[in-house]
Amino acid sequence: MKNSSLPHEVHAQVAGVTRIYPATGHHPPVHALGPIDLELGKGEFFAVVGPSGCGKSTFLEVLAGLQKATAGLVTFEGKAVSGEVADGIGVVFQEDASFPWLTVADNAAFGLRRNGIAEAEVRRRVDDALAFMGLKDFARAYPSQLSGGMRQRVCIARTLVLQPRLILLDEPFGALDAQTRLLMGDEVLNLWRRTGATVLLITHALDEAAMLADRIGAMSARPGRFIDVVKTGWPRERDSTIVAETAFGEITARLWERLRGESLKALGHAAMPAMAAE
Amino acid sequence: MTATRRTTDTLVIVIVMLLVWQALHQVAGSTALPAPLPTMIYLMHAVASPRFAENTTTTALELAYALVLAYAIGLAIGVWMGAHRLSGVVGEPILVALYSLPKITLYPVVLLIFGLGISGKVAFGALHGILPVALLTMGAIRAIPPVYLRSARSLRLSPWQTIATVLLPATLPEIFTGLRIGFTVTLLGVLLGEMFASKSGLGFLIINDMSLAQSEDMVTVAIILFAFAAIANALLLWIEHKLHRRV
Amino acid sequence: MTRVGAIRFAVIVGMIGALELACRLGLINHQTIIPPSEMASTLVTLLASGSLNADIARTLGEVMLVIGLSVVLGFAFGLVIHALPRVREALDPFFATYYAVPIFIFYPVLIAIFGLSAIPIVLIGVATAIVAMIIATLNGLDRVPPVLAKVARVHRLSPVTTALTLQLPAAAPYLFTGVKLSVSYGFIAVIAAEFILSPTGLGRDIADAYADFNNRRMYALILFLLIVATVVNGVLHALDMRWAERRSGGRS
Repeated sequence: MKNSSLPHEVHAQVAGVTRIYPATGHHPPVHALGPIDLELGKGEFFAVVGPSGCGKSTFLEVLAGLQKATAGLVTFEGKAVSGEVADGIGVVFQEDASFPWLTVADNAAFGLRRNGIAEAEVRRRVDDALAFMGLKDFARAYPSQLSGGMRQRVCIARTLVLQPRLILLDEPFGALDAQTRLLMGDEVLNLWRRTGATVLLITHALDEAAMLADRIGAMSARPGRFIDVVKTGWPRERDSTIVAETAFGEITARLWERLRGESLKALGHAAMPAMAAE
Repeated sequence: MTATRRTTDTLVIVIVMLLVWQALHQVAGSTALPAPLPTMIYLMHAVASPRFAENTTTTALELAYALVLAYAIGLAIGVWMGAHRLSGVVGEPILVALYSLPKITLYPVVLLIFGLGISGKVAFGALHGILPVALLTMGAIRAIPPVYLRSARSLRLSPWQTIATVLLPATLPEIFTGLRIGFTVTLLGVLLGEMFASKSGLGFLIINDMSLAQSEDMVTVAIILFAFAAIANALLLWIEHKLHRRV
Repeated sequence: MTRVGAIRFAVIVGMIGALELACRLGLINHQTIIPPSEMASTLVTLLASGSLNADIARTLGEVMLVIGLSVVLGFAFGLVIHALPRVREALDPFFATYYAVPIFIFYPVLIAIFGLSAIPIVLIGVATAIVAMIIATLNGLDRVPPVLAKVARVHRLSPVTTALTLQLPAAAPYLFTGVKLSVSYGFIAVIAAEFILSPTGLGRDIADAYADFNNRRMYALILFLLIVATVVNGVLHALDMRWAERRSGGRS
């Protein structure tokens, strides 16, 4: 287990990455992202905040290998990532991606079964993941019988069983109520400590970023660039009670100071594209 | 640009269908299926013939009567089942079950009750149309947001004003969908009625042409019916879209 | 049984009872409608005699062939058309109008081409049922959530695996709607075709009994077809409800 304050080993690297969506029909090309440079340390918890439609999700998808960068280089564990999701990367999406036709346990087992893992091992890992996510009693339930927060846990469990070394979370709690989000935050911290994985969290909630991350990248309005990277300096052992610390208020305030202008830009100048990106 | 391309593509499909028709004609022979071009020429003459005019009048008359009946009964049932919750909950599955039955099996019963003349065919057509009109009207009334009724009460509208200014405009688009589908199935019902034990109407004409091996006439009648139904449907759809957009 | 179910049952029984009573009291002429009890008893006798077996097998066989062809081919066409957006756009006006025109009037044309046999019956059945399946397949594929494509790529699934393990189950409710419609349309078209013109089959039996003034036989056969259609539609509806409940509890 590493402490984020120690000099770190680079786990994933983004160098000079831009993403430009080509023109379609009567729409001109859209410069969505970059250029962006970022190094994620092994075992680090990094959060990206920014106004709606600023390209946060595009950044995550480029890093995941779901989209190709127009220019620049993405590497994960020393190997280039381009248009294909590398082994060891897990992604949890903002949309509910639980499969309504499978039980919770079968949802969690989905990736393992596709990889042809022995059934005994599948069951062991699924049991572990469900217990860890507090879903043990719902193994035989269908997602439709669960709340939105529980369904998002199912998706996290489905990622967790594959033992990813880099976990990408794309606003996974965006649709949840404020209290549930705080609790889910604690669980993500727990998961991050237990697995030792590197975590990148996309969020629009400044407090969420300030509470969870080791470092926070504040992204500008489109095209998305990092205008500030804030170190929180939290200890590895931490939870949602951190919101009572003075430093928490200071970090949130600093982020808001940097982002206020960008959010106004996103609201006024780019209101339409922002809505289209929702 | 894209609109013209789409029209071209659709035209290509029409041409492909005509080619398939021509190919079928080559295989089946002229007595079974005439070629497209001679049929079109025949169509021009046939439309003017008194035989065609007579049977068209019969079908049109039957369709008109059947529609009046189907709409009146369907709307009455729909309004009742939409406004009276219990009736709706009890009756809906019964109507849905009836809707998916092969109603042709009931045609002999209709004939025994209403006789072989025009009234039997009208009744059979109406029997088809009543169900979709009733089901969609009921759905439209049930789907009225309760807040509309609360608003009407807060504005102190009389019951009559509530119906005229709130309920009717709110339900009209959906009810109109019912009327459109009702039109389609009523036409089908009337034609089915004419195809069995009947001596007049376009449905009768098709069956008669077949037994007399007058395939040009048969295909002509089929084309004219297709065209009539498609145009009527397009017109009703156009009105329906206008109604829906307004809401 | 729920209260609503009990009322519904009572309404249906009441209507049958009223018909029975009206027939027995002579309010309804015996030449027009026979009492429901007589329909049922005649049907039992007919079924027990085995004289209907051949026609039942023939009609239900045709219906099943129509449904099988419509569902399998409709799904296949749906897949292909969905993969070709330009073809689909061009076909859209035809799909939108298809069920607004009385396709059934094409039946005599099919008889003229293929002769009086089972072929025109099956063809008119497929023509009536298949487009519902195609439209349902297109609908289902349209409604597969876009996030599933991303999930497939995160799990590095092949196109075939993606289709089988994600797209097919995600589209399943819509496909089942297509199956339900195909069953209902197939049934209606085959019976109608047999009734209006065909050498054999239950529909033909009803038409013959009507022409022979054999009301007992006619009503027994009508009752049989209505029961079969109601049971089949009911079973499909029940399956649909069961799956829908499991799958869409709190979802839109």
